Amino acid sequence: MSDFISQGGFGFFVWGAYGMVALLLVAEIIQLRLWQRTIWTRLGRLMRMRDAGVE
Amino acid sequence: MTLNWFKFASPASFYPLAGRLIPLFWSLTVALVLVGLYWGFFQTTDHLGGSNPQKEYYRIIFVHVPAAWMSMWLYLVMVVWAAIGLVFNTRLSFMMAKAIAPTGAIFTFLALWTGAFWGRPSWGTYWDWDPRLTSELVLFFLYIGYMALHAAIDDIRRADRAAALLALVGLVMVPVIYWSINCPDPNQCAALHQRSNLTRIDGNILFSMLTMTLGLWMYSFATSLTRLRGLILERESEAQWVRELIEHGEKQR
Repeated sequence: MSDFISQGGFGFFVWGAYGMVALLLVAEIIQLRLWQRTIWTRLGRLMRMRDAGVE
Repeated sequence: MTLNWFKFASPASFYPLAGRLIPLFWSLTVALVLVGLYWGFFQTTDHLGGSNPQKEYYRIIFVHVPAAWMSMWLYLVMVVWAAIGLVFNTRLSFMMAKAIAPTGAIFTFLALWTGAFWGRPSWGTYWDWDPRLTSELVLFFLYIGYMALHAAIDDIRRADRAAALLALVGLVMVPVIYWSINCPDPNQCAALHQRSNLTRIDGNILFSMLTMTLGLWMYSFATSLTRLRGLILERESEAQWVRELIEHGEKQR
């Protein structure tokens, strides 16, 4: 296991590369989810305001 | 069964279609990336040691090359949608182009980053003004420029067109990157990247590289379509179908 982590002494480079990939891809997914939630909340509020204004 | 493709050119019918496709793309992403990483890390170990030894940092290839390929492919796809938008003035095409840009920028950055972490142990430096590194960096700035220009113009239709033009002009960088390793004599030019030839790569390494590339393609489809759905909702918020969607879907989304 520790052999795997050390990657023959190049662990810093291998995991530094893969770590950034994982970090950015996960960050993009989270950002997309939050953005979607914001849109739904905003549009929902917009509709309720419009309905309240009409009736 | 005849399929009317133009039907899906309207945001109202594309929105649910994309919604059905996204889970499929996510499961393909997970499956392909897991297989690709497993194969790359555990089925290519015979390259360590032996007569032509590789050091462990060769494993960066399984993410570096796919990310670099995606950076160029996504730019190409983005430009195609931007061009279709400019020619046919179709709303959805402009939204497609805009939805791809952030994912493309991320892969361009990752190609540079993983390259730096590979370059340090193999070439002795994180960065050099090698033609390929330099042109890839310019591609990164083109993605950023596209997004910044789009964000800087308030009128969405004008923003779409201006950013599409910038993307179109920037297309010149893709062949430059592609041929930037075509240096006939290493003493004559500053290229650090060697010429590559897919047929000379070991089968196991190639398999892992291609699997990871497919995985990142599926990832790009999933994130771009998710972003596209968000853009559709934002821009079509006045449409009747969006109102109905929001009213009916607020509980179950």
